[in-house]
Amino acid sequence: MTAPSPSPVDIASVSKWYGNVVAVNDITMSLGAGVTGLLGPNGAGKTTVLHMMAGFLAPSRGTVTINGQPAWRNPSVYSQLGIVSERESVHGFLTGWEFVLASAKLHKLPNPTAAAKAVLELVEMTDAKDRRMDTYSKGMRQRTRVAAALVHDPTVLLLDEPFNGMDPYQRMHMMDLLHGMGSKGRTVLFSSHILEEVEQVSGTVQVIVAGRLAASGDYRTIRRLMTTRPHVFTIQSSDNRSLAVALMGEGSVAGVEIDKADVLTVRASDYGTFTRTLPKVALARHIRVQRLVPADESLESVFSYLVGA
Amino acid sequence: MNMTIAQITARALFGRRRSLWLLPAPLLLIGLAVLSQSLGAAPRDWVPAVVVNLGLNVVLPVIALIVGTGVLGSEIDDGTLAHVLAKPLSRGQIVLSKLVVAFVVTAVTVCVPLFVVGLVAHSSSLAWGLVVGGLIGSAAYCSLFVALSLLTRRPVLVGLAYVLLWENLLSNFLSGTRVLSIQQYTLEVADRVSGSDLISGNVSLAVALSMSFVFIAGATVLAIDRLRSFSVVGETS
Repeated sequence: MTAPSPSPVDIASVSKWYGNVVAVNDITMSLGAGVTGLLGPNGAGKTTVLHMMAGFLAPSRGTVTINGQPAWRNPSVYSQLGIVSERESVHGFLTGWEFVLASAKLHKLPNPTAAAKAVLELVEMTDAKDRRMDTYSKGMRQRTRVAAALVHDPTVLLLDEPFNGMDPYQRMHMMDLLHGMGSKGRTVLFSSHILEEVEQVSGTVQVIVAGRLAASGDYRTIRRLMTTRPHVFTIQSSDNRSLAVALMGEGSVAGVEIDKADVLTVRASDYGTFTRTLPKVALARHIRVQRLVPADESLESVFSYLVGA
Repeated sequence: MNMTIAQITARALFGRRRSLWLLPAPLLLIGLAVLSQSLGAAPRDWVPAVVVNLGLNVVLPVIALIVGTGVLGSEIDDGTLAHVLAKPLSRGQIVLSKLVVAFVVTAVTVCVPLFVVGLVAHSSSLAWGLVVGGLIGSAAYCSLFVALSLLTRRPVLVGLAYVLLWENLLSNFLSGTRVLSIQQYTLEVADRVSGSDLISGNVSLAVALSMSFVFIAGATVLAIDRLRSFSVVGETS
């Protein structure tokens, strides 16, 4: 029997404290292939977690491994790991080409010139590659840094706020790039404080609140597991008022509301029971349900529930 | 030794305004020597003041301090070191590449004017003695100051305290402190190699050589170990 292969990124019971201040408290997470968003309010500990994964910071307790190897005091992990940190300092006197080529050479790639050329094309920085980096816009610098992090085709890519400073087109392009990497079986973890970004790039999230892992997995699934919070649905039917009256008699419904635009909003206390009950109730009263939309399954509502909990 | 790191380090060093401080001191050294000689002063009257008090005791350590803390300390301060740290390179390779750049720049900046000053004093043996002493001193000071970049957040301040307080002040009162003074090793080696009576060392050659080795090797090993455990500071989020 062969031993199971290790996860690309494994964090086991990791804590990090500075004196009396606990920055990260007993976090365990395992990342597989695909794109994962790392979410959390400011000061929650996202960068600390990313830095520990990147081998930039020693955990006070617990272990962090990349492809089964410890991340701390182990430079060999960087042959499989790409990092784009939030601090965007670069050697401004280097051109984009020199910066990415230097990265390829430091990775000791067999053909650094070809590798540098390919990634600069990938991030659409070929035209500006011969300009000094201190003349770049924030977005251009960010894309060049991403190119440098990708030059050795890493299996694990960690990005701290990668969309910072990018215009909408660059943002979309970067999202496609991350999607592409995820679908090719790479492990991509990116932190962001902009929920729409996370929602567009990834369904899988790791939510950190006050140094603790508050939730992990697909955010829609996380929402459904929050049984203490009523699930909100908006319904459009052939007779909203009759349907509202009928639903009020059901145990799985906590409340109904009809607004001025005649939109029916239902707060269900049990997701599963309600979704099974609704068709039966509508059928019994000859009401046609035209539309049923979960109204609070957005990442934003999941996040606000988690943070507010 | 990694050539890519060395090239980037050298370009970063000369791209900073701080590197302009490398120019005036060597020029001052040569200028004072030429002036003294042209005014007809005997080498015995000006060599100890210009070569020892200014050249070896001030110019050499200050230039080594500017360069030694510049090759690593500046990259730590501005965060660019993270790019190099995120590569599959041994930390020894990184430290040695930076150290070699610091040593070459310091040695060239200091040894060339010292050699010229020796020739101005009409003593080629003194010139070569100063070069050899300068090389030993450059290596020891650079090793120390590169290590200080990783040991403290204020490497320039600590380095200055070592040079001014320990080497230039305390060693005048407490002769024992000379055993831990790179300045004294440099002087002793220059004295022995030149065989000139214009300069004289205060420690034995064995102490000078062995302690120089201890400084160079010890500081380098310490720097490598500190870089292995170096924590990259990020914005908290």
